[in-house]
Amino acid sequence: MHKQWILMALLGTGIGASSMAGSAWAQEGEGTLPRSRADIDDIQSLQRGARNFMNYCSGCHSLKYLRYNRMAKDLEITPSELEANLMFTSNMPFDTINSSMPADAEGWFGKQPPDLSLIARARSVDYIEAYLKGFYVDKTRPWGVNNKVLPGTSMPFVLADLQGRLTPEEYDRFVRDTANFLDYAGEPVKAKRQSLGIFVTLFLLVFFGFAYMLKKEYWKDVH
Amino acid sequence: MARAPESADPSNSVGLLGWIDQRFPLTKLWKSQVSEYYAPKNFNFWYYFGSLALFVLVNQLITGIFLTMSYKPSSAEAFSSVEYIMRDVDWGWLIRYMHSTGASAFFIVVYLHMFRALLYGSHRKPRELLWIFGCLIFVLLMAEAFMGYVLPWGNMSFWGAQVIVSLFGSLPVIGGGLVEWIRGDYVIADATLNRFFALHVAALPLALVFLVIAHLMALHEVGSNNPDGIDAKKYKDAAGKYLDAIPFHPYYTVKDLVGVAVFLLIFCGVIFFAPTFGGLFLEAPNFEPANPLQTPTHIAPVWYFTPFYAMLRAVPSFAGTQVWGVLVMGAAIVVLFFVPWLDRSPVLSIRYRGPIYKFALGVFSVAFIVLGICGLKPPAGIYPQLAKICTALYFAFFLLMPWYTKFDSVKPVPERVTGHA
Repeated sequence: MHKQWILMALLGTGIGASSMAGSAWAQEGEGTLPRSRADIDDIQSLQRGARNFMNYCSGCHSLKYLRYNRMAKDLEITPSELEANLMFTSNMPFDTINSSMPADAEGWFGKQPPDLSLIARARSVDYIEAYLKGFYVDKTRPWGVNNKVLPGTSMPFVLADLQGRLTPEEYDRFVRDTANFLDYAGEPVKAKRQSLGIFVTLFLLVFFGFAYMLKKEYWKDVH
Repeated sequence: MARAPESADPSNSVGLLGWIDQRFPLTKLWKSQVSEYYAPKNFNFWYYFGSLALFVLVNQLITGIFLTMSYKPSSAEAFSSVEYIMRDVDWGWLIRYMHSTGASAFFIVVYLHMFRALLYGSHRKPRELLWIFGCLIFVLLMAEAFMGYVLPWGNMSFWGAQVIVSLFGSLPVIGGGLVEWIRGDYVIADATLNRFFALHVAALPLALVFLVIAHLMALHEVGSNNPDGIDAKKYKDAAGKYLDAIPFHPYYTVKDLVGVAVFLLIFCGVIFFAPTFGGLFLEAPNFEPANPLQTPTHIAPVWYFTPFYAMLRAVPSFAGTQVWGVLVMGAAIVVLFFVPWLDRSPVLSIRYRGPIYKFALGVFSVAFIVLGICGLKPPAGIYPQLAKICTALYFAFFLLMPWYTKFDSVKPVPERVTGHA
């Protein structure tokens, strides 16, 4: 019996160690980017992020896997607010979020501005924040700017004016909200998944309790 | 399933069950395989992983069927159809995460299940064929997992397939033609994706299920081993009841239910709170669609293949060909089939073996885990050297086994099984 507990403890340590290895692995992939404080459960932050994205990003970047009405439902945006303030490329709320970029944009930027539906999953929220804060003046580049996180980036610094107008704290919040929204866009079910997970875990704990007592009851007569 | 009355002679059962029993051995099968299949009473922690492997297999089959309903096996639509499942299909995200996490869980429970056999000598006579069926399941599982990994058609799917399939190209003479035959094209392309889909959802699962049935039939023919590695059915009481073995049902069905509960707690923890598991279960580059023009910065297979991948990379090219690494990687799996005959110890269980086997198994386990880490890392720094040492240790464990198990000291084996939990 004691041995079993020791083994359980060992297994627990193993799982703990491997998940630490997992997160260490993830961090390594992201280099040494500062940790984002974006919170996927903060609806207001996500709403501001949606506003930021539609006004500053969606001209060039699509979110081709996210539908306007899905976004409105998840972010608690009313249909009238959605149509009045956030839909620039379509009249149909069930449409996906497309950009206004023509197909020959490659000639303007050297590459087609990428779809950002999954950018948070492919690169991480930390990456997006660091990227949007990482622009610096570099006269040798076509747009006069370069980026610390993605050297040689093809993107002009469209937020330059904004960064000049806002205080550093306000700009940080702007970037954090936008990155948070892209995290949402990468996996719209993320917040629901995590809150559902708590109930699933509670159910399984109860199930474990009953299963354990059932086993004890049956095994009473095994000597 | 209904429980037959204790004394049920199939010809005596009545009602619907009687009607069936006169035409099909339902009660007979239930009794012989479950309610009167006697298993040793001293199974410990390590014996959960067999039933858990079956549990995960069923999870993969059921979630896989539902994924197939919305997935499109074409290079133009595959990636989008996975996102469609993740976003637009009701509960599609849950089904997809159950399937993707299930793949990793399958390897975790199977590796632990195989380790159990090495601990307690479960591969030894008369269970050699049982072990061989198990090894075949492991090989098919690797093929199944590899082809499944290609289906989302992310950039790592594409480049992983590119690297693994091109390994066959290093074989002399037939290599080039073989690779073309596997891909169905000159590059990894739509034809490759389509046939991998066919193999992943039809051919390999069918073969896996048949092999699992054969594995269980062999098990039930020879009976389960136990942590003492001795015959648990040797002694009966005056009434003819086994002293050390108990019916699988209800004793082990209720016990395995506890195992399932603990497994589900961990499994659902991953699904709901860390489905990518820090990039180990779902890799970040795979959230970008397949792009033949853009290689990911670092191509690594999913974690469960990395011990073997590390061995592949550890072997240098020689005489102008890379084939040696491929052969070593293949040999690492082929050698598993011979373990029942490599082990010459007079006892089965590690409990009654001497210090040499314990030490060897410990070194082997560490080497295997270190190889797994080496395979995840880019081949730089200490990792290539470490991988070489651990590859040597991996093979030493098996190839020196006939000698060290023979000369190792043994402790006296008890007559009856010791303890139960």
